[in-house]
Amino acid sequence: MSLSKIKFDKKIVLSFWIILIALIIAAPTLLPVFRLNLLGRYLSLSIVALGVDLIWGYTGLLSLGQGIFFALGGYCAAMYLQITSSSEFPNNIPEFFALYGVEKLPFFWEPFRSPVFTFFSIWIIPALVAGLIGFLVFRNRIKGVYFSILTQASLLVFFNFFNGQQKLINGTNGLKTDVTQLFGQMVGSESMQRIFFWITAILVIIAWFFAKWVVKGRFGNILIGIRDDEPRVRFTGYNPVIFKTIIFSIAGGLAGISGALYTVQSGIVSPQFMTVPFSIEMVIWVAVGGRGTLLGAILGAVFINYAKSLVSEALPASWMFIQGGLFILVVTALPEGVLGWIQGDSPRNLLQRFGLKRKIETYPSLEVNNKEVENE
Amino acid sequence: MELLLDSLFNGVAIGSVLLVAALGLAIVFGLMGVINLAHGELMMLGAYTTYVTQLIFKLPILKPFYNSYIIVSIFLAFIVSGVVGILLEKTIIRKLYGSPLETLLATWGVSLILQQFVRSVPLAYGTGLVISLLIGLFLPTTFPSKIKESINLKYFKFSSWIFAALTGVLTGNVISSSVSKLSRASARNVDVTAPSWMRGQVEIIGTAFPKTRLMIIVITLISVIAITLFLNQSAWGMRIRAVTQNRQMSDCLGISTEKVDIITFGIGSGLAGVAGVAVSLLGSVGPNVGGNYIVGCFMVVVLGGVGNLLGTVLASFGIGIMTDLIGAGRLLSIWPDMPLPLSNTINFFATTSMARVMIFALIVIFLQFKPTGLFPQKGRMVEN
Repeated sequence: MSLSKIKFDKKIVLSFWIILIALIIAAPTLLPVFRLNLLGRYLSLSIVALGVDLIWGYTGLLSLGQGIFFALGGYCAAMYLQITSSSEFPNNIPEFFALYGVEKLPFFWEPFRSPVFTFFSIWIIPALVAGLIGFLVFRNRIKGVYFSILTQASLLVFFNFFNGQQKLINGTNGLKTDVTQLFGQMVGSESMQRIFFWITAILVIIAWFFAKWVVKGRFGNILIGIRDDEPRVRFTGYNPVIFKTIIFSIAGGLAGISGALYTVQSGIVSPQFMTVPFSIEMVIWVAVGGRGTLLGAILGAVFINYAKSLVSEALPASWMFIQGGLFILVVTALPEGVLGWIQGDSPRNLLQRFGLKRKIETYPSLEVNNKEVENE
Repeated sequence: MELLLDSLFNGVAIGSVLLVAALGLAIVFGLMGVINLAHGELMMLGAYTTYVTQLIFKLPILKPFYNSYIIVSIFLAFIVSGVVGILLEKTIIRKLYGSPLETLLATWGVSLILQQFVRSVPLAYGTGLVISLLIGLFLPTTFPSKIKESINLKYFKFSSWIFAALTGVLTGNVISSSVSKLSRASARNVDVTAPSWMRGQVEIIGTAFPKTRLMIIVITLISVIAITLFLNQSAWGMRIRAVTQNRQMSDCLGISTEKVDIITFGIGSGLAGVAGVAVSLLGSVGPNVGGNYIVGCFMVVVLGGVGNLLGTVLASFGIGIMTDLIGAGRLLSIWPDMPLPLSNTINFFATTSMARVMIFALIVIFLQFKPTGLFPQKGRMVEN
């Protein structure tokens, strides 16, 4: 696994597509609006999971700060909605500004009056921010756990900033979108939510194709090279900084799109999107689904979140135990995630996992040696 | 002058909390390369230990010694967090050496479980569980090896675990029946009240300093000195340093790296417990208390340079003093008539949360110039 991409049977991919498309077509008629809305949200989360899979599964960068880009996308979308539907409020600016005595729209929100600008800003702004953070970090060859810690620190920087700035972005209350208007319709209304579900479903498929296209070919090979042996990539004459920055900003852009879709479906964007646990959860969706598989990221995001909402409804206290246990289980017993396990190690070796039946090793595999090299 | 002293003291007070919290992390991360995201939760366990100790010392038998409960709780917190840490090392972290990112995720899972544990399990039974863990892990090691050899070790361990479980249940029941506050699970925050001799303020050179803050500084000082002595003077300290420098070579020379790992992790976790006592003196104790400190701790370790205690000390005091300077807008009072744009900027950052923004931003900028922290490890490796 560490040296090659996981290849899937055509059958599995095909059946996945059939199930997914059947699900998307059937869902709006089968599910009540509440459940449909939840499914739509989780599908939008699967886009950010795709981004995490690109940077972690393929490039080996564990970012604990994807919440930044997720929330930025959400804020862009929410602010546009707030501004366009603020005509009846004083000064033609969103209602909350009046609470803090702000009379003029802060200058950086001005461009968000334009829908075209907003459409592009939702993914370009997070991508740019990610590119900047990534470039600064990668340039100094900060990697591994240091990268993770730094992304987490940046997450806290953004969280504290957004949380503290009432006058600019309504601080800890966040921006509500469900009572705003888009194309003359209430965003929170049933018909709009149904449309958003469709948009999300289509965008998930597009994002999946896009991610597949990114990891295909030489670019993808270099990413995997960086994951497995970065110095070697550098010594071969490639500059890993450029590739890492590009992939990190792609993941940021995906997170932005995901955040915008999630915001319009959940009805609010707030600094809560930038909390530490949420960003780590994104990683665990990918870890459970199977990193480096793309499909696993989508499935992991949707299924874990759905399980989360079902379990939390039934037994509110137990979800934390289950989630914590899931983290530990996946890391210790299923390091390749569920999909990776099915494809690679395969359930046939289930007994061996528990030490009941030993695999016979004729010669030490490459992976064992790899680990030892890393230890030094 | 008075202002400067005040500012310095505040900075040192903030820094010493950070330092005592980051000390354990610096040892675990610096010496073992393990990212322990459950460190904050181990601190939380220490804080809850203080709370439980306080309530137990209110019982009639122990009432005369009530004033000394805080000293006792420092040792108990060290033991409680240390035991939980050792269990963690033995069950999970051991399997993940050499893959820090996986450790990070697994310990995050542990932290979630610990948080929910204190929410949904009555503290009395939690105490019982810790006691049974303590007995189960250490009883087999206390017997002389002659006895161990004469009986089958498996049965021996098994029976000591049974004994441990029984003792744990018994203590849990005794505590829950005698202290009613501990018999029910609650997610609410609890408060630790400092004993009377720690309340109030002390005057030093005309400035009043709260005694709890001074106590925290003392705790920090003692922990730093103790850990430095341990690492540099004791035999196990030497083994730990040897393993840090070259694991395989130490293994070849007959140092039990397995034991070294357990001891290092146990001490690091125990220090987290001590930090928990300090934190419990500052505010109310809740399941999320550790989460507020964890990222700050990591920043201290990264800024100070990995595997270097002096760096950790300097970094935490540096961060503490900077936090106070920025968060309280001290520069304005030192230099009242500065130009308007500058003073506006300073005012903008003069809140606790914005000061954090500024500090983290400064650290990220600092790491641009010195990516490996203040005191980097010397070496010629391409990778570290």
